[in-house]
Amino acid sequence: MQSEIRVVEKATCTFCGCVCDDIDLTVDRGRIVKAKNACVLGKAWFLDHTIDDSRPEALVGGAPATAALAIEEAVRILAAARYPVVYGLSDTTSEAQRAAVEIADLAGACLDTTTSVCHGPSGIAFEMVGEATCTLGEIKNRADLVIFWGSNPAESHPRHFTKYSVTPKGMFVPNGRKSRYVVLVDVRKTPSARAADLFVQIKPCQDFEVLWALRSLVKGVDVDAGIEAETGVPLATLRALAERMKRAKFGVLLFGMGLAMTRGKHYNAAAILALARDLNRYTRFVAKPMRGHGNVTGADNVVSWSTGYPFGVNFGRGYPRFNPGEFTTVDLLVRGEADAALIIAADPAANFPQPAIEHLKRIPVIVLDPVLSETARIARVVFTTGVYGINVAGTVYRMDDVPIRLRPALPSRYPSDEEILKGIARRLRELRAERGCA
Amino acid sequence: MTRLASPDDRAVSDMLTVCNGRVYDPTNGVDGAIQTIAVKAGRVVRLDEVDAAARTIDARGMVVFPGGVDLHSHIAGPKVNSARKMRPEDHRRARPVPRTLVTRSGVLGSNPSTFATGYTYATLGYTTVFDAAVPPLGARHAHEELQDTPIIDKGFFVLMGNNEFAFRCLKVRETDKLVDFAAWLLGAAKGYAIKLVNPGGVEVWKDTGHNVARIDDPVEAFGVTPRQIIVGLADAATELGLPHPIHIHANNLGLGGNWLTTLETMKALEGRRAHLAHIQFHSYGGEPGGRLASAVPDLVEYVNGHVNITVDVGQVVFGDTTSITGDGPLGYYLHGITGRKWFNGDVELEAGCGIVPFRYKHRSAVHTLQWAIGLEWLLLTQDPWRIALSTDHPNGGSFMSYPDIIRLLMDREFRKAEMRRVNQKALAKTRLPELDREYTPYEIAIITRAAPARILGLARKGHLGPGADADIAIYDGRDDLPSAFAAPRYVIKAGEVVVEDGEIRRDLRGRLYYVEPDFDPAIEPEIRRWFADFYTVEFENYPVGIEYLPNAERLSARGSRATRTG
Repeated sequence: MQSEIRVVEKATCTFCGCVCDDIDLTVDRGRIVKAKNACVLGKAWFLDHTIDDSRPEALVGGAPATAALAIEEAVRILAAARYPVVYGLSDTTSEAQRAAVEIADLAGACLDTTTSVCHGPSGIAFEMVGEATCTLGEIKNRADLVIFWGSNPAESHPRHFTKYSVTPKGMFVPNGRKSRYVVLVDVRKTPSARAADLFVQIKPCQDFEVLWALRSLVKGVDVDAGIEAETGVPLATLRALAERMKRAKFGVLLFGMGLAMTRGKHYNAAAILALARDLNRYTRFVAKPMRGHGNVTGADNVVSWSTGYPFGVNFGRGYPRFNPGEFTTVDLLVRGEADAALIIAADPAANFPQPAIEHLKRIPVIVLDPVLSETARIARVVFTTGVYGINVAGTVYRMDDVPIRLRPALPSRYPSDEEILKGIARRLRELRAERGCA
Repeated sequence: MTRLASPDDRAVSDMLTVCNGRVYDPTNGVDGAIQTIAVKAGRVVRLDEVDAAARTIDARGMVVFPGGVDLHSHIAGPKVNSARKMRPEDHRRARPVPRTLVTRSGVLGSNPSTFATGYTYATLGYTTVFDAAVPPLGARHAHEELQDTPIIDKGFFVLMGNNEFAFRCLKVRETDKLVDFAAWLLGAAKGYAIKLVNPGGVEVWKDTGHNVARIDDPVEAFGVTPRQIIVGLADAATELGLPHPIHIHANNLGLGGNWLTTLETMKALEGRRAHLAHIQFHSYGGEPGGRLASAVPDLVEYVNGHVNITVDVGQVVFGDTTSITGDGPLGYYLHGITGRKWFNGDVELEAGCGIVPFRYKHRSAVHTLQWAIGLEWLLLTQDPWRIALSTDHPNGGSFMSYPDIIRLLMDREFRKAEMRRVNQKALAKTRLPELDREYTPYEIAIITRAAPARILGLARKGHLGPGADADIAIYDGRDDLPSAFAAPRYVIKAGEVVVEDGEIRRDLRGRLYYVEPDFDPAIEPEIRRWFADFYTVEFENYPVGIEYLPNAERLSARGSRATRTG
């Protein structure tokens, strides 16, 4: 192949929830050789991809098959299933997510996304107290107090500091880093502590207690000095932090799974949302979960606008019902209830609890994934699909719900998730029409 | 039984006649005459253009209206979806929407899912709906949702009244630049009109947590006043020749004494065209934080005498709903009143958002006043062509309440019975008890069809003359017309019969209306710099491409600017 260098400007990285859309990709001979502006994770994401056309477009029962044939088998499985689950969706376009929702609707399935195993508790907290929040540009332009809680962006969202929250110069914070005070609250000193002016170390599983103490102090209610023995944080530190929060002009609490997935779960997330809400009596304050996967926020949005609920939705009665714990995937599998699974752009066999994986192995599984994942290895039907943002165009929602268009750099001989899912949906519709039942 | 439409049905349905019905088509002066409406290729045509073999709907004993037009509703985009996410209890309490052989499933409540929104509007005879407030940064999201909102034609208004780039233009009085920026922004969002929400006040909320109180209060950080914003953007809409003038949610929504702000806003326009949204919420006498009173007679008098102004009502309906607004400080105010959960979404450089669950109670003096004030507007306004029916869905109540409101207008006895259920002391302070007016079907057709279509500048909507879009709602008119509005016998959309006997028989994709006015490209480098300095998305990735508009129609802007640069 001849050297033929071209540059795709302003491409979007879908590796994490930052969804940076300022990446200039240099492509040479079917390979991304340079990803200007990308962080270490983004570089790895882009530079790893080549045009690999060695895999069959589909596998049925482990044997190579055409995508059309695999679609027929997938439809047969979904139509025969009495309690199928459609799961994953955080690493694909919103266009594909919309097609997956239609499949779940047509098949009377459970519809669930990786939100249920990451910021699901934050979603439930949102339903409890609401959320005072903003887009990331408001943090860039206004925030003079930035508090990270149970989150380690230095390793999980490397450009968050420089693009959105810590160092950028903004309209009302013209001196960038110097205009802001940065706090990290966590159970251990992570690399993110280097970016902070203050590191507050709390005992594991004491987030709720610390947050509740801060809520009290903000409202002028005294807190017992025993808080230090309980949480590891001296009362004076909490007092000073509460005062600093009230004095800030525009403060932000950015929280990670270190808060939402430790003991207390949605109560922890509700506590931090309530703290941010309370502070609006004194100044402007917002909170925001640090969402992980590239388009997990899109999954929440798409599932919400089509069903009214963000995840853990069941269509078994012909209309959407919501019940996390009952209709969420890990629970469905551990209880041995699901009798088929359609997995899109996720790898539950690699990261679910063992009893859930054991059940996955017992039921027919359909997988859409660009790579041969652990789940693909145990699947009955496997589709090889193009990678979103690399091969596939579409829409991705940043962690602050801002929708961004993808600019794919490399062609692929594999179809997109959207094409396969629309094919499955079309066949399911035809089947229903033949049978004459909804 | 629902059945799936076969391809053969589709060929025949290219042509259609609706005969023997009593037709109400105010745009063409038809007031209940028995007429035949002929349809071909999605449009209303002359009778001799339709083949005799075409399907005929015998509308004997029925009334025939143009499809309903809602010019101010909240059905799509970031704020509506946050409301859906925040209120699972609201969906769960409501009647479910099961899938059928032709439709998708969904949920109702005050913020229905997208599919349920489209179907429900259609089953009420509404075929065109505009979302009233989309931040341009979330425009792509709104378009995605509108793609998933079936049957109805739609579009949205673009929030500009707190845009910081616009503020900078206004501060240095660069009105030309403001016009070009507004044109660029409308085209980038693929929106339909310029929307102002609490002009200047949302910026003050984002900056300080407070609000503006008068239209001459400065927005400190930018050195502009609400008055400058209102006048500047009204001029921009005129110069661009947009089909719909600026759409204003005035300052001080919901506060006692705000009628003076509303009057000042109207006066500030000095004859410029404008639409004042949900006027009910802006017609309160009394004092901020004190007792409310009705100031409708004074405002109606002003509107009656000033043809440059149109309004929609924002009628309140008793019951549970959700307040969703681009008015950030209002959201916080309502949270303070109710103590219920609260969403606030500040959008960088552009807009704000507030969401709070809300219940309007019969016993409440304030809510009774709000209810009566909306009805006063509807019953006191002389010219029905300048007032459109709305609930500001879901802020005053759901669009699903339209049949109930129509009954309140058409049936004096029903209205009196409803008046007995509200707070009597509050009611006595309004003129509602003395108003005997009853709306005729012709007037209902004006405020729900002809007027909103005309106000929106949609020449093919809201009427049934040749050339109109064949959007037709056919109701059973034999005995009780008001209750018939809840369940049309047939709804025809773009010439296709989509509803029969209250059921969706065919699912189809409606049209998206947008404008993309020409602008002077010399402005682009400055917008580029603005993006580089203050936005967190790239200039190149901001505009919504046509790939998001699978069935769209670009309306031409006919302003002086269009001829100059185009």
